[in-house]
Amino acid sequence: METLERFLTEHNFLVNLEPEFVKQIVGCASNVHFSAGDFICREGRDADKFYFIREGKVALDIHMPQRGPVTIMTLNSDQVLGWSWLFPPYRWQFNAQAKTDVAAIAVDGSCLRAKCINDRLFGYEILKRFSQILADRLQSTRLQLMDVYSANG
Amino acid sequence: MEKKKKKYEKQLILPAGEFDVFLQALNKAGYEIIGPTVEDQAIVFDTITSSSELPTGWTDEQNAGSYRLHKTEENLFFDFNVSPHSWKKRLHLANLLLWQAKTNGSGFSIAESNGNIPKQAFLGVRSCDAAAIEKQDKIFLQGDYIDTAYKSRRDQTLIITVNCSKAGGNCFCTSMETGPYAKSGYDLSLTEIKKNGRYFFYLEIGSDEGASVLAGMPALEEASVDDDSFVRDKMREVSKMMKKNVDTTDIKSLFYDNYDNSIWTKIAERCMNCANCTMVCPTCFCTNVEDVTDLTGAEAERWRRWDSCFTMDFSYIHGGSVRPSAANRYRHWITHKFAAWHDQFDESGCVGCGRCITWCPVGIDITQEIQNLRKSKTPV
Amino acid sequence: MSDQNVNPMLPDNFSISRIKTETDDTFTLELQPSKGILNLDFEPGQFNMLYVFGVGEIPISISGDPCSKDKLVHTTRVVGTVTKAMRKLRIGDQVGVRGPYGNPWPVELAKGKDVILVAGGIGLAPIRPVINHIIANRGDYNNVVLLYGTRTPQDILYPKEIAKWSEVHNILSFVTVDRAVGEWDGNVGVVTKLVARAPFDPHNAVAMACGPEVMMRFTILEMQKRGIPDESIFVSTERNMKCGIGMCGHCQFGAEFVCKDGPVFRYDKIAKLFEVWEV
Repeated sequence: METLERFLTEHNFLVNLEPEFVKQIVGCASNVHFSAGDFICREGRDADKFYFIREGKVALDIHMPQRGPVTIMTLNSDQVLGWSWLFPPYRWQFNAQAKTDVAAIAVDGSCLRAKCINDRLFGYEILKRFSQILADRLQSTRLQLMDVYSANG
Repeated sequence: MEKKKKKYEKQLILPAGEFDVFLQALNKAGYEIIGPTVEDQAIVFDTITSSSELPTGWTDEQNAGSYRLHKTEENLFFDFNVSPHSWKKRLHLANLLLWQAKTNGSGFSIAESNGNIPKQAFLGVRSCDAAAIEKQDKIFLQGDYIDTAYKSRRDQTLIITVNCSKAGGNCFCTSMETGPYAKSGYDLSLTEIKKNGRYFFYLEIGSDEGASVLAGMPALEEASVDDDSFVRDKMREVSKMMKKNVDTTDIKSLFYDNYDNSIWTKIAERCMNCANCTMVCPTCFCTNVEDVTDLTGAEAERWRRWDSCFTMDFSYIHGGSVRPSAANRYRHWITHKFAAWHDQFDESGCVGCGRCITWCPVGIDITQEIQNLRKSKTPV
Repeated sequence: MSDQNVNPMLPDNFSISRIKTETDDTFTLELQPSKGILNLDFEPGQFNMLYVFGVGEIPISISGDPCSKDKLVHTTRVVGTVTKAMRKLRIGDQVGVRGPYGNPWPVELAKGKDVILVAGGIGLAPIRPVINHIIANRGDYNNVVLLYGTRTPQDILYPKEIAKWSEVHNILSFVTVDRAVGEWDGNVGVVTKLVARAPFDPHNAVAMACGPEVMMRFTILEMQKRGIPDESIFVSTERNMKCGIGMCGHCQFGAEFVCKDGPVFRYDKIAKLFEVWEV
């Protein structure tokens, strides 16, 4: 438990989070490891978890007929994987595959949702931090859409 | 250019009747005289050899989008204001062959086209235009690189200013502090005076080159204290005749704070992007280059030609123009003149000659637009 | 101050000694003086005006090693008439060269500091001389990080060199692509998001960015989030250029002439211009 708490405190996503709140997350968290090539989640399956990546690289992809898996983005150490656990129907929208060995902390989605409802201040902190990730991803996607390196860039 | 400009203390009197003696002295000193003539109902500067070719008795009337010559009773040699063309076409050529190249196997050889530039005397340069030449000197002669084509002409040029005896309809040199009296930028300077039955030129010397022209003619009598004060009063009077003006207070921030002002869109509704203003402007210096080859492809030439920031191609980089909207091209031009030029060259890029107003086909008046800008609301 | 009697518009003849295809639309030319010995010194970030006989002249950044004084190296992307003609040239053919021109990257200022290099697409070409300079003087610099983004894995310039910079010269390199195609095990995502991951001390670092203007704007935002002051951020800008020496007027960017005041600018000096459309 102590190592989990230390890992979480050190993670970029939880910077400056009150120790009480970190403890709440620890209550829903567990250490996990994936080997290179492992699928961490599959499109369409129940999104009952999300992950704090401690070490390693994870690729998010969608399978396209004829083209196979297309990588949308990669996630690395200190990033967060998954927000499908936040919204019904709680299903993964991408595949996530470990590209290297990955050490992560898995957090149980329904456990954390329950804590968010019980402690609204905690819930606000968690949602605020996830919103930041969503905004960052949206901005990145816009930039990718602009195709800035094309010859007409 | 390192011409030593020395201020000569004494002013002289050149009787109008001896003007041809003066012109002959210029010729004798080796100068081709480029002076004002009347051609196609306009004042056009061309080679002259005698005062009979000057536009005696003609004056011009300039308004926004219009230019007319008409006769006067006065019969003065220089009773007009700025000519349609400025002097830049004789120093910073509109079309200049930079060099020629010929193929030789897998390579080519480049040869500069060095013409012999004759000595030329610009007669009748207005103080605003003399200031414009000084501004272009700064660009082409005083930076890290020297425009050798410009230098070769500039070095051979003698500048004879003639102070304006009236203010034109579009003049605002007093606002830009470039006139009507020429304080610098000349080798010789004349003020044409007719008073109490005397008709003469009050002559000031600005350089050794100017003085040496006068050494080639009979000595001139010195001007009296009365003549000095008459010229001063006359110049003050011309200043007061100036109908247009530009308030230059904090003019840099006026432009830099108004990039997003809607005024540019309003001006663009009238502006035809014809580039006339940039062609007649005596300080506009932008150029393009054009590479041409003969039919066999064995010989190539590189030409430099006047360009204008009003064209779409001007700012083209792969993918498109940096300034595709007419509003922002106008904004670029006027902001460069009145704001950016200060940052680039420590002075204004406008000399107040008013040509851009006269020759705008829709009569856009920059002095008026600057007033409109001052009255408008600066965007947040 | 140049020699007053030398016409700065006259190119010197150079012969192509090597041609290397880099990617589908980029190639590298190595040039040597066609006759005599010319001074080939340049500072990282400077550019030359390259002339193709009868076709035209364009500014191209120097992408070679500033320490190797025996050749000029230019990596070019095929985007217009002149670059199209340039790609058709063969070894032994001549081009005209004027330069070097422009304000360089702040390699002196960066001494004793962390260096973050952010490049997008062909923008790595003007950054490479900085890396060469750092490698030759590695002890003068602390952490050196290269963040490089391209459109697809096929568009990555100098892939072998990047690997060598990482492995041999302790330059931490992150490469990312906007779109993963084919076999690509690297990062996918925009280069700006790599800034958050780069190890550097924001109070003792110099950042240099070169790429499309939009990419640089977002890079600067990420740098600011990390706490690097604007005075420590340097960007390279691009404008139409005809003369390279501040006389043709084409490259004006506000009051700046990109050819002589740039192409490298300290960000705080042009921050306002980055906010103006069509400036």
